[in-house]
Amino acid sequence: MSALHGTRVVEIANERIAYAGKLMGDMGADVVLVEPGQGDPCRAYPPFAEDAAASGDKPESLYWWHYNTSKRGIALDLEQSAAREAFLALIASADVLIESEAPGRLAALGLDYEDLRAVKPDLIHVSMTPFGRDTSRRDEPAVDLTILAGGGPVWSCGYDDHSIPPIRGGGNQGYQTGCHYAVLSALTAIFHHGVTGEGQFIDVSMHASANITTEMSSYFYHVEQQTVVRQTGRHAMPMMTMPVQIKCKDGRYATTGMPPRSPKGFGDLYDWLDELGLVDQLPEALFLDNARHRESIGFADIGVDDEVTAIYAAARDAITLICKNSTVDDFFNGAQKLGITVGSILSPEEAYENPHFVARGYQVEVEHPERGDAIRYPGAPYQLPASPWKISRRAPRLGEHDDEILGALGYDAAAREAFRETGRDR
Amino acid sequence: MDPTNAAPFVPDRNGSARPNGTALGSIRICDFTGQLAGAGATKWLAAFGADVIRIEDPVKQGMWDVLRNMAPFPDDRRGPDFGGGFNNHNVEKRGITLNLKTDRGKEILAEIVKRSDVVSENFAAGVLDRWGFGWNALRELREDIIYVSNCGFGHTGPYAEYKTWGPIVQAMSGLTFTSGLPDNEPAGWGYSYMDHTGGMYMALAILFAVIHKQRTGEGQWVDLSCTEAGLSLNGPAILDWTVNGRPSRRADRPEGNRSSSPPMAPHGIYACAGDDDWVSIACRDDRDWEILSEIIDVSWARDGKWKTLAGRIENQDELDERITSWTESQDKFEIQRRIVGADVPSAAVQKPAERIDQDPGTSEFGLWPVAEHAKMGRLTVDGLPAHFSKTDWTIERGGPCVGQHTDEVLAELLGYDEDEIARLHEDGIV
Repeated sequence: MSALHGTRVVEIANERIAYAGKLMGDMGADVVLVEPGQGDPCRAYPPFAEDAAASGDKPESLYWWHYNTSKRGIALDLEQSAAREAFLALIASADVLIESEAPGRLAALGLDYEDLRAVKPDLIHVSMTPFGRDTSRRDEPAVDLTILAGGGPVWSCGYDDHSIPPIRGGGNQGYQTGCHYAVLSALTAIFHHGVTGEGQFIDVSMHASANITTEMSSYFYHVEQQTVVRQTGRHAMPMMTMPVQIKCKDGRYATTGMPPRSPKGFGDLYDWLDELGLVDQLPEALFLDNARHRESIGFADIGVDDEVTAIYAAARDAITLICKNSTVDDFFNGAQKLGITVGSILSPEEAYENPHFVARGYQVEVEHPERGDAIRYPGAPYQLPASPWKISRRAPRLGEHDDEILGALGYDAAAREAFRETGRDR
Repeated sequence: MDPTNAAPFVPDRNGSARPNGTALGSIRICDFTGQLAGAGATKWLAAFGADVIRIEDPVKQGMWDVLRNMAPFPDDRRGPDFGGGFNNHNVEKRGITLNLKTDRGKEILAEIVKRSDVVSENFAAGVLDRWGFGWNALRELREDIIYVSNCGFGHTGPYAEYKTWGPIVQAMSGLTFTSGLPDNEPAGWGYSYMDHTGGMYMALAILFAVIHKQRTGEGQWVDLSCTEAGLSLNGPAILDWTVNGRPSRRADRPEGNRSSSPPMAPHGIYACAGDDDWVSIACRDDRDWEILSEIIDVSWARDGKWKTLAGRIENQDELDERITSWTESQDKFEIQRRIVGADVPSAAVQKPAERIDQDPGTSEFGLWPVAEHAKMGRLTVDGLPAHFSKTDWTIERGGPCVGQHTDEVLAELLGYDEDEIARLHEDGIV
């Protein structure tokens, strides 16, 4: 039985909060996604399933597919009073509400926490907004880019060349980070509800989420009032450090950074150089060969003990030389087998097809009955054998579950049809 | 929360949990985690009241977690009780030392496990097993125990023995690749994004497991691979591959600061007056552009070719150059003020001092609590980005010094008397 089996979560469709609903739905919650009659704008976000487009059907968004797995969907235009009544009935049947509406909108509709708890006293209401509900910046417009730029992550990311702008990492990580905290909040409150029966209101700020997800950028400032600066492919630090990314023989990049940890490790590195016939290209390799006979070698002695300093420098040069003369796969596997911590910089699809993750069952298939096939999706981010992660269904089509959900709440066919209208009566 | 399966949660341990009224006050965690990927997870739980007891090695003075003695330092003192990063990630936790190379140390650990709901660790795969506290041993000590292991590649599969740290996890999961300019080497992440995020997934996994136990009484072993959590963060790109066969390794990727999903233009980071000062601007639609063009109020901005999204995307290189020509002589906050004031998204790229000391968006949220550390004194730390109306978080106590709570835990949790505790100290067990 999934961990959230029996928990109903209502989600008001919004690009910012979509990932939170997926995280909870994939762990067994009954997530009911409430969209306006014309559909959520994310249904039109690229990329699209191109085979369907080619055959003349309306193209379906893969963005929509990914972020809305394991949810059921209903169309309710909350601007209409009849739909708002149905929404209240839905809330009365639910345990958790997650939403990212602009501060003030739900209050204006008579659907904020105080209104909702009148029909569901123990409701857990998670509001996730760009700046929180109560700060003076709450009404500022924001997108993922501006959240990451104002919130700290962007300052730390980019290139050694500071004439190039800082870089915002791809994939809407600002939204996703906010969603991680929204779900942590919901689960914390669900556990508390399990102990006391009590619900509550939770105010999550995406700006705050970004701010505390910057590692040293924040705590170097807290403790030493130092400012870190961005550097290509490695940690932003108060000072510039040595490069760690190396282009391999096949044009792909590896990331290095951790030297061997023991005298034997340095000796093994020499042997690897030797195997590849590269010893002649690196006179300093001698230091590695000698290092294997030492009793110990410590990072702390760099710059203190001349021989240790030379050994580490030789190790660094050896790793770089091997990397440039290998494919990234050979370098990665060869180094890791010697206990040297390095990585291969994979694109998302290369990571997805990587034999390690395939062997662990990361690839999962999700049925798309109307297409008559199953699509391979990203799989479980954690493996809980007693309460497994599982995509229970593909993303809902617009209003797909109106009948079963609203019907169960006592609304007949005519009433359900009316909710789909987009007219305004306020 | 179906009432039929929501049996009331009754703590069944011998020791007393911390004073309640907190969200997670009835949970005890026997915590071996360290650095950020592990300690970050239990920070959340401790701040919401869980009794998190760090178990550390007295011989190595807890230095498995290297952050204990790593910069930043608040003053000239050095040693395992002075690392600023360690303090930041371990507020509100208790810390004890226990020599697990001794039989007596193992017996004491077994007593603690019996009184804990969760055992958490982020060692390399297999370490806890070698100490005699793998999954089967833990389950024998307590049938409903939750064991959460977090390592880079997980405990199974061809890479199970391989080592990682944040930047390796980011490289192997596609996240480094998707941060950068096309035709350039990857820019990656200037911090361990996946140590933060791996810690979040670890905390999520712990909470899913304690909720499952609350409802069913059942424990389990959660095997978390940080890299798989990272892989989940580029979902649409993976579906573009599995459905359309279109790889992200292609000519126009990664897309730098631009956005194709959803398509927006302008969508970038632009140079401003000042030292390494930049401003981000995003036009979500044609209306946003119309407003921005009125603010820019220079003849090029009125050109008809910018009126549609298609036109702005087709000529995006030129558009970005034009916008830079407008921003580069101005103050980043002044640009932000004017654009945001007209309801279009814009934000200065904030430096640490700007977002921590001068930003009402963080200070009014109460994001930077001050915690009292036993040796370092009062230090500002990162708070949490959520506020709860009934059971909000508390961060007042700094990270534990090595062995700071050993005697307290032995006495309160295990009921040892002073003589027994003194003997354990003498024998080097604690």
